[in-house]
Amino acid sequence: MPMFSNEARHKQQAVFDLLFRNLTRVSAFGVLALLAAIIASLVVGSMPAIHAFGFGFLTSSDWDPVNDKFGALIPIIGTLITSGIALIIAIPVSFGIAIFLTELSPRILRRPLGIAVELLAGIPSIIYGMWGLFVFAPLFGDYVEPWLNKHVGTMPYLGPFFSGPPMGIGMLTAGIILAIMVIPFIASVMRDVFDVVPTLLKESAYGLGATTWEVMWNVVLPYTKVGVAGGIMLGLGRALGETMAITFVIGNAHELSQSLLMPGNSISSALANEFTEAVGDLYTSSLIELGLILFFITFVVLSIARYMLYKLGQREGQAA
Amino acid sequence: MNAMLNLYARRRVINAVGLSISVLAMLFGLFWLCWILWTLLDHGLSALTPVVFAQMTPPPGSAGGLLNAIAGSLMMTLVGTLIGTPIGILAGTYLAEFGQRGWMAPITRFINDVLLSAPSIVIGLFVYEVYVVKVKHFSGWAGALALSILVIPIVIRTTENMLRLVPSTLREAAAALGAPQWKVINFVTLRAARAGIITGVLLAVARISGETAPLLFTALNNQFWSSNMNQPMANLPVVIFQFAMSPYADWQNLAWAGALLITVSVLTLNVLARVLFRQSATTH
Repeated sequence: MPMFSNEARHKQQAVFDLLFRNLTRVSAFGVLALLAAIIASLVVGSMPAIHAFGFGFLTSSDWDPVNDKFGALIPIIGTLITSGIALIIAIPVSFGIAIFLTELSPRILRRPLGIAVELLAGIPSIIYGMWGLFVFAPLFGDYVEPWLNKHVGTMPYLGPFFSGPPMGIGMLTAGIILAIMVIPFIASVMRDVFDVVPTLLKESAYGLGATTWEVMWNVVLPYTKVGVAGGIMLGLGRALGETMAITFVIGNAHELSQSLLMPGNSISSALANEFTEAVGDLYTSSLIELGLILFFITFVVLSIARYMLYKLGQREGQAA
Repeated sequence: MNAMLNLYARRRVINAVGLSISVLAMLFGLFWLCWILWTLLDHGLSALTPVVFAQMTPPPGSAGGLLNAIAGSLMMTLVGTLIGTPIGILAGTYLAEFGQRGWMAPITRFINDVLLSAPSIVIGLFVYEVYVVKVKHFSGWAGALALSILVIPIVIRTTENMLRLVPSTLREAAAALGAPQWKVINFVTLRAARAGIITGVLLAVARISGETAPLLFTALNNQFWSSNMNQPMANLPVVIFQFAMSPYADWQNLAWAGALLITVSVLTLNVLARVLFRQSATTH
């Protein structure tokens, strides 16, 4: 009798095993299905605009809801410029923070400071937006932009980018606020990849008489350059898709101007501002196509970022 | 000899300059954090009166509170978390426990990592396309759905990481006692990784409670009290967005009060998650 019931129990458990394994498999498959569904729904939603404008959508700077003429050039450029400004500021600062956290910080401060940096990442983007609009932009417009106008605006080459009415809001302000938002992401990836550098390597360099800076610059950075680049791309992916903070401070003007002090538009801010108010199929569909373009760009950037981070992870595995 | 000394001096100077810049960078980061938090306290505390928790969002130019928005946010966050967490934990379990062989696990892991930082406004567009357009109206359900899509990748990521930290010997011991795999996973490994998984869920809740972009086209907003998830629903982030962009002083004050509320809850959740995980890390 015990033999028989044991066998039945084994069979029963095998069925449970199968059920459980497939339940988890279906959930994991759901992630792939989700991605496919996102892409499919965006493509379907943007079909009317794709039919109407074709590839010209990408190169046209029209945005005329009255006459149903739409083009993505201005929001795309706005997105790229603000993210570019953000990276120019954020990369060196993040590198400094990562060096500080891995090499310089007293052990007792390391954890609280790490948490502080992560809190900066935790603040919701709408808060950055409000702070930017009510606190940062007025100060920036009153003090920094007139200075930029006077000193940088008169330079050759650089000048045209920094001359214009000091309004506070605009592409430059949006880029700076984006920089503050992506610093914690890039810094924490950099700190994590700096931590994987074998102590042996660093100690060898110190043993040869290298200074801390030389160890960071000539040993740690070359060893982790793939991971550092991955972290930067991750920050770029964040910056490209960031919505609310930008919407508050970029000024939302569908105009192309050479000056960074002028208001502009980004893909995400155009969506946030206009989508619920868009009337007509072509208008809505053009906005969805903007969303599709944004998703495509961020998907490519984030894929490269993850690929680079995986590669560093693999090398770490080999070394160990 | 002199040349040597010069070289040393130069290297020392470069070192000092580089390290000072890195200290400055750290201060630069902290400076913004302090400035933003100070601004919030400065504007938010004076606006945060008991009325905020007792009255509905007012029409322009009159006083009121944020009660309906707070309730709406809580409901959508709760439903979003309840939908997203089980799926995330199951998928994370697959990646950690069954994902050693085959093509699916590596691809899923990769796609999940990409979705983890995908722009949330696109998720809003997606839910608009597949849900709002089909039922023809904005609703709390749509908002909760959009939030749940943001929860899933975070929970998957932390669940997988935490399960991988559980030593294989634990699984082998359970298997040697004759436990079938589903019991090993449910009653041994998942239980051992519990604190870490809860941390992940808390981080996910923190992330979605401040999200605005995915709610703009899904839950929209509602000026009145609504506990019907099938109707457009007020929620703090969208109310803050609308009120902050308005020219009315009353509305802007309420926006600051809401901003303080959101930030305090998000940061508290963040700190709580980290403290919780630290304890679990020390007890193992």
